[in-house]
Amino acid sequence: MAAISREEVAHLARLSRLAVTEEELDTFAGQLDVILQAVAQVGEVTAADIPPTSHSVPLTNVLRDDVVTPCLTPEEALSGAPDAEEQRFRVPRILDEDVAS
Amino acid sequence: MTDLTRMTATQIAGLVAAGETSAVEVTQAHLDRIAAVDDRVNAFLHVDTEGALAAAQQVDARRAAGEALGPLAGVPIAVKDVLTTKGVPTTVGSKILEGWRPPYDSTIVQRLRAAGTVMLGKTNMDEFAMGSSTEYSAYGPTRNPWDTDRIPGGSGGGSAAALAAYEAPLAIGSDTGGSIRQPGAVTGTVGAKPTYGGTSRYGLVAFSSSLDTPGPCARTVLDAALLHEAIGGHDPRDSTSIPAPVPDVVAAAKLGATGDLTGVRLGVVTEFAGEGAEPGVLAAFNEAVDTLTKLGAEIVEVSCPHFKYALPAYYLIAPSECSSNLARFDGVRFGLRVGDDGNRSLEEVMSLTREAGFGAEVKRRIMIGTYALSSGYYDAYYGQAQKVRTLITRDFTAAFERVDALISPTTPFVAFPLGARTSDPYQMYLADLFTIPTNLYGGPGISVPCGLSDGLPVGLQVMAPTMADDRMYRVAAALESAVGTFTPPAL
Repeated sequence: MAAISREEVAHLARLSRLAVTEEELDTFAGQLDVILQAVAQVGEVTAADIPPTSHSVPLTNVLRDDVVTPCLTPEEALSGAPDAEEQRFRVPRILDEDVAS
Repeated sequence: MTDLTRMTATQIAGLVAAGETSAVEVTQAHLDRIAAVDDRVNAFLHVDTEGALAAAQQVDARRAAGEALGPLAGVPIAVKDVLTTKGVPTTVGSKILEGWRPPYDSTIVQRLRAAGTVMLGKTNMDEFAMGSSTEYSAYGPTRNPWDTDRIPGGSGGGSAAALAAYEAPLAIGSDTGGSIRQPGAVTGTVGAKPTYGGTSRYGLVAFSSSLDTPGPCARTVLDAALLHEAIGGHDPRDSTSIPAPVPDVVAAAKLGATGDLTGVRLGVVTEFAGEGAEPGVLAAFNEAVDTLTKLGAEIVEVSCPHFKYALPAYYLIAPSECSSNLARFDGVRFGLRVGDDGNRSLEEVMSLTREAGFGAEVKRRIMIGTYALSSGYYDAYYGQAQKVRTLITRDFTAAFERVDALISPTTPFVAFPLGARTSDPYQMYLADLFTIPTNLYGGPGISVPCGLSDGLPVGLQVMAPTMADDRMYRVAAALESAVGTFTPPAL
């Protein structure tokens, strides 16, 4: 039985903000199914009482001294932006037209 | 004069320090070599001719002014395109960052400049360091100098191929699941993954933040150690950087080069010495084990029962972290923006941008990660993988109570033909079978050439405890002293 359906892949693509094509959906559905069935092997391990590891370095709350250090100028920070205006990143509309007007 | 491109970094630095050649002359020789062969290898995405010559002139001027220079001053270096370089294009092998010139240098690159190395350019890689063959680069595959119809490994195939093609004596890679060691193995070069946190991630474009580790690539173990020393150590700008001195890897490499491993206990990982590796790789590995015994090492077999779950755990953890990290590629702050016609919404533009900018493997991993982190699947996939990570760490800890270091083949197979594994993504993942456990544990690992199989290089991997990077250099240098280095056929 497949671990993941074409519809689920379409849903994942939407969540991932990927405007995938119909053709890609066909390919990805098969490939993700193979990958998910393989990685599901982790379920064979008895690990109910085992604590999870998120990170190998046991450091917490690393803070720096509260001193001002050089940083990027606004021009530098915006230098790679596809669109900028008045020292800000310019983005497409984020509200629906009728709401915005 | 002897060909400067055939020399080790140590030899080049010695000649520059003695005034027998100049950094400019050395740099020009490597730029000429790149111009002569890189159309066949495609190791470089960007060659910074002007910047390299200017940096070389500076090194020569500093020497002329009587400044004391470090052990790698004047040595050219190739840098994987995953590290930011101020004003120099940084693409991460992706269309989504095509043309981006970062406004800042990564810590590694800052340290390379301070050490007086000369950056030749940026090397090709699988997009966002996701891959094992460099075929997932958006800019065409890199070819293996040993056989240009074969893959150079990945994701750092460009850095490894640049070394094997004598385009650079040193290179920088990054290793999330084997991306330094596996290319090293299949190109007959040396690649070391430092202890996680031993090298700074500041300015390293993030793939999987709990695993990503930049590190050195070279043609000899001593050169790798010198580079490791130059780039390693605490960085306050990386919150997971370990606040401790770099282990003395250079001294360890020199000690190893004496060829004496008396008193060193090495564990052969049972799970990696049998099935999984092709016969030619196993034969070369077993011969290397005999060599290590002759050098005085005591070999014992060590079982690490959870290593067989490392690959599935990795392919849940790494995609999960990547699905979050790559959210920053939204067409707003840097890189590509597609479909902004004045009518489409931000979300539509974002989805079109990511669709156009990312390649298939990156999309697959983002979706796998999104799936594994979804409510309803989180515990069974991501949560369970994190528990397996704990068990793998315990396997390592238990093993290092018995032995000083673990050894295995670096890769299950030698360089495979281009295109052989691209149609089945999971077959590609298997290339990292032996390198992944170290990343999950966070310890250091090195690949050193140990022999040939059908005329293609085989690597031996040494894995050491966290912050005992020096141990792996000692063992690798000892093996190198016995088996020598390997030279590919002329390109």
